[in-house]
Amino acid sequence: MIRTVKSPLLAFITLCFLGFILDFGLNAYFQLILLFALVNCLLSMSLNLVNGYTGQFSLGHAGFMAIGAYFSAYANTHWDIIPPSFQAIEYFIYSLGGGLLAAVAGFLVGLPSLRLKGDYLAIVTLGFGEIIRVALLNMDFLGGPRGYSGIPGFGSFLFSFIFASVWLVICFFTIWRVMHSTYGRGFLSVREDEIAAEAMGINTTRMKVRSFVLSSFFAGVAGSLFAHFTNFINPSSFTFLLSVNAVIMVVLGGMGSMTGSIVAAVFLTILPEALRPLQEITGVDLRMVIYSLLLILVMILRPKGLFGDNEITDVWRKYVRRSA
Amino acid sequence: MQDFIQHIINGISLGSIYALIALGYTMVYGILKMINFAHSDVYMVGAFAAYYFARWMGIENNPGISSLITLLLVSMVCCSLLGLVIERLAYRPLRNAPKLNILITAIGVSLFLEYSGQVVFGADPKVFPSVINDFVLFNIGNVELKSFDVTVLVVSIIAMVALQFLIFKTKIGRAMRAVSSNASVASLMGVNPDRIIAFTFVVGSALAGVGSVLVGMKYPKIDPLMGMMIGMKAFVAAVLGGIGNLGGAVLGALIMGLSEEMVVAYLSSTYRDALAFGILIVILIFKPAGLLGKYSVEKV
Repeated sequence: MIRTVKSPLLAFITLCFLGFILDFGLNAYFQLILLFALVNCLLSMSLNLVNGYTGQFSLGHAGFMAIGAYFSAYANTHWDIIPPSFQAIEYFIYSLGGGLLAAVAGFLVGLPSLRLKGDYLAIVTLGFGEIIRVALLNMDFLGGPRGYSGIPGFGSFLFSFIFASVWLVICFFTIWRVMHSTYGRGFLSVREDEIAAEAMGINTTRMKVRSFVLSSFFAGVAGSLFAHFTNFINPSSFTFLLSVNAVIMVVLGGMGSMTGSIVAAVFLTILPEALRPLQEITGVDLRMVIYSLLLILVMILRPKGLFGDNEITDVWRKYVRRSA
Repeated sequence: MQDFIQHIINGISLGSIYALIALGYTMVYGILKMINFAHSDVYMVGAFAAYYFARWMGIENNPGISSLITLLLVSMVCCSLLGLVIERLAYRPLRNAPKLNILITAIGVSLFLEYSGQVVFGADPKVFPSVINDFVLFNIGNVELKSFDVTVLVVSIIAMVALQFLIFKTKIGRAMRAVSSNASVASLMGVNPDRIIAFTFVVGSALAGVGSVLVGMKYPKIDPLMGMMIGMKAFVAAVLGGIGNLGGAVLGALIMGLSEEMVVAYLSSTYRDALAFGILIVILIFKPAGLLGKYSVEKV
């Protein structure tokens, strides 16, 4: 019992401490970028479960994120179930609800479409993402194309950071524990060889649907965090491009590496901001050009991503062994 | 009733444009078993090539059949070259890589073309020069048959018949079919698969070039992201007809064009983009091989 709780708790305390330091050390602009980095970490870890570990290609995570974000936004402005002094709990419950709603959507999407493979699955998930976006555009009570503004946030950076850290730790350790269990081996076997896995008696469709549902749950949570941090969402925040960004993070970090996704998510959130001076010099927006070139080059030169399916600790260990 | 016939004419005209682009998807899929996401952006580049060429030559001042043919040729040449370069630089190094990597590369190439397009051409929409004059050929009651629709239809039919001839009547077409059914055996028979694949990209991209000029003529607003949506719809058309099947692509494209026109006319234009994906999902769930496609059993 203590062993299973120890490392998540340690990670959480470390993150809180980090947040406390950053609260004083950074200005508001960097703090917002940092919060987005955390949201992206959550998103890329959740996508990694489907794309990296289960080997199914999903391009619809923006849709699940949108569901989480809109649920959270609507619930926070319309429902008051808990007295204001415990608002953090209310946020937590609503982000949980957003995640659950996204998970239900993931189940509905996944059940029919996960019988498809590879390219087709990518297109179908992309299609579902777009359908969700078009549906949101047509829902007037959610603001339609005008978007949804006035979503309550946390007020201070420290609280936002801690709230995101809670979810980050939950997400990381849930996926970590799942991937080191029998289920995780099932997911991996689907990735390695679907036909062989089927022959060994693994219900591959069920495995895929389960990974998809868990993944869309965390994507929904990421969406609700996003809604709280920006205080404004509209359907065009959740386009195809957002899904592609998440895919780029997973691919760059390494398909099947949790820490790789985190590193890539932080890197790719900061990179566009770091490129802003370049944009001012050249006068054109080169960010996406660089992004896409990066994607092509990684695929050609390092097809398994930066870390492959190693964790960053494995890489470190290997490095230490080599230098010893 | 007359409205209905008018919508059918518009739908067929739209569908034949989709067909030209869908043929490119289906040809590449038939040979390489990959979705060339960048195909729709090749089409976008074709439209811009025609636009700049028309401005450079001053074609906008004297529209006519000859300027249409000139622009078609320019756009076809530019698209073929671009298709060739993409195949050589991005896809050939990954010929034996896992399918996921190829798919991601294709998305990368697509994004690269879109956003370099924004950098090079500017993000604001541009007005395509009028290539030929638009006039009503004849009308029955309120139903009008315009010269644009006829041109689109005639040009697409010529392109499709030429493609059909190329694939089923010529030697290189036979080589393409051979590579499509089994590349390694075809190479034992003296076919160079790399060259055939490159040729396929050239032909598919040239068709996209034809499509781009026709779209530019009919809906004269072009921007660097114009390929995104039309590419998706053409792809859906290819899947709907059975991907890898040329006749299927045309059939699927006509269905797509007609149903889109009907949705816009009788329901709401906001749902037109969701429609394509709706059709796709229904098709993939109930008939994953498409209308004219054949099921293939995966062997271990």
